[in-house]
This record gives sequence, C-alpha cells and structure tokens, in this order.
Amino acid sequence: MIDAKKILEIISAIAKKIEAEKNFLTQLDNEIGDGDHGINLARGFKSVEEKLPSLADKDIGAIFKGVSMQLVSTVGGASGPLYGTAFMKAGNVCKGKMELTAEEFVAAIEAAVNGVKMRGKAVEGEKTMLDALCPAYKAIKAGIDCGKNLIDALNDGVDAAAAGVEYTKTIIATKGRASYLGERSIGHQDPGATSSLFMLQTALEVLRRE
Amino acid sequence: MVGIVIASHSQKLSEGVIEVARMMAENAPLAAAGGMENGDLGTSYDKILNAIDKVYSDDGVVILADMGSAVMTAEMVLEDIEYENIKILNCPLVEGAILAAMESVEGRDLEDLAERVETAHPSKKLMDD
Repeated sequence: MIDAKKILEIISAIAKKIEAEKNFLTQLDNEIGDGDHGINLARGFKSVEEKLPSLADKDIGAIFKGVSMQLVSTVGGASGPLYGTAFMKAGNVCKGKMELTAEEFVAAIEAAVNGVKMRGKAVEGEKTMLDALCPAYKAIKAGIDCGKNLIDALNDGVDAAAAGVEYTKTIIATKGRASYLGERSIGHQDPGATSSLFMLQTALEVLRRE
Repeated sequence: MVGIVIASHSQKLSEGVIEVARMMAENAPLAAAGGMENGDLGTSYDKILNAIDKVYSDDGVVILADMGSAVMTAEMVLEDIEYENIKILNCPLVEGAILAAMESVEGRDLEDLAERVETAHPSKKLMDD
C-alpha cells in the first residue's frame, strides 16, 4: 500500500532530486538538444514543491492533477506537456483514492506511460523518455503479477529504466529536437530518459525509507 | 473571421510571423503566443490560452505551432477548454500563417480554411531542374 502522504513525500523528493541533477540534465541536453531540460524541469518541480502544502489533505488523484498543472504551466519545454500528461493520466486512475494497492500503482504507471506515448506521438526506440519508462513499466508489472512486493517490483523497474538509459546511447534520435542531429545523436544518453530514471529511483528510495 | 494563433518558442518569432502574414492580410485576427511569461525561450500554456481568447469568435480559431512543446502545450490547452471549433494545423509555420490569414479575411469557414492550409504545401521554393 502507498498512501497519499507517501505520494507527497515521493513528489517532494523528486523535486529535490531534479534540482540536484539540474546541471547534469542540462549538460546532456546541451549535447543533443536545446540545452534546457534540467533548467526547465527544475523550474517546474520548484513550483510543484511550492504547491505541495495546498495538496496535503487531498486524495492521490488530486495530488497528481495538481502536479500536472504546475508542470504544464511552468516548465516551458517538451518535458512540461509530457510529464504533465503523465501525471494527469495517473491522476485520472487514482481519482478519489487515499491509498493505492500494488495493482493500482501499476495501473497509475501504465496510464502515465501511455499518456507520454499519446502526447509525444512516440514509441520505444526513438531515444526519448519512453526508452526508460516502457521497460520500467513492463518490469514493474511483471514483478507484481508474479507476486513480488511493490519495493522489489519497483527495484526491477529502476534496473530496467537504467538499462533503457544505457540503450539510448546506442540509437539514433528520431523524435524531438535531437532527431535533427541524425546519426550524430548516437553515443549520447537521452536527457528525458535520464530524468525519468531519476524519478523512478527517487520513488524507490522513498518507499525503502519505511 | 477565423482567428489565428501563432504558438512559438520565441516571442520575436511569433510576432515576426504575424508581421509577415499581415503583409497579405492586414486585418486578419492574428495573436502571438511566443516564449515564456518572462520572455525566455519556451512555450507558455497561459500565453496560448490568452491568445485564443483574443481572437476567438463563433467562427473558431486555428493554431499554428513551431514544434515540440509548442504543439504539445497547444494540445493540452485544447483538451482543457473543450471547444469544438479550435484546431491545430499541420503546416509550415510562416507559409501556413500567411495562407491562413488570407483565407480568414476572405471569410473562409474553419473546416475549409484548415483543409486549404494543410494541403497547400506552399513550401516548394525552387523550380525543378
């Protein structure tokens, strides 16, 4: 079970992680994009963090929606509508819930990942955040389906996302600004996949604190 | 007249596109939604929403966007306001804006304008050898 308080802790921890990794994410984006991923996402999560106190007694659906609205209106780059959609779709499936079972958590991740696919008109293998998110979702779902607890399943998801980030180094970008570089994008890890990995890692760290 | 919103990462670019479109259609209802609130490069949800507000009428609105977040943010605005008569057009930004402006002052309706702009392919600039 994950309750709303835990979700707030995870989001707050993600905001701190993104702030801490801001320069690294921006450096990755400088290599193959427009060099603003870390700055944009940190600005977005800073406004999310400021919003969190007003979400303190809300259900998980409302918390995710609140996060979505802050990201969409403050990020300014592609990660705003992409992560904004992810949190909005997760919010839809968690509507009215004060806690999530493992199965409900999996459903929220599934909705989030499908939201990113829909918004980005993208699939796996295009050197985007989906190269971390899709393998992570599959690993988490497989873990829960075969009876693992949430922390172990999420650990599998983080490993899969990390492998996905490594995989992005080997492929050509075909979506987003990095696609303008064509073959020159090979050898660089995708900043969006990297920020997705950071979010999953942070969620795992918070759940392990218990 | 169908309103036209130019959503871009840059305020200067969106205003420049409008400047060029006005050469052909001085009175077209065009609104710029470029850059962030503080002038930085990027896309602003609020700026797109406000620009729609500025040029909205029962005739509807078309949105032309440069790329990436401008397109996706415009999509999110449309999902939130749920108007049937606002469309994002799939076209080159500058040429599309000029054509849309001309069609709008001609009094073309939304569907017709959208189809003309999306199928005109006005981007071929050199003759074949």
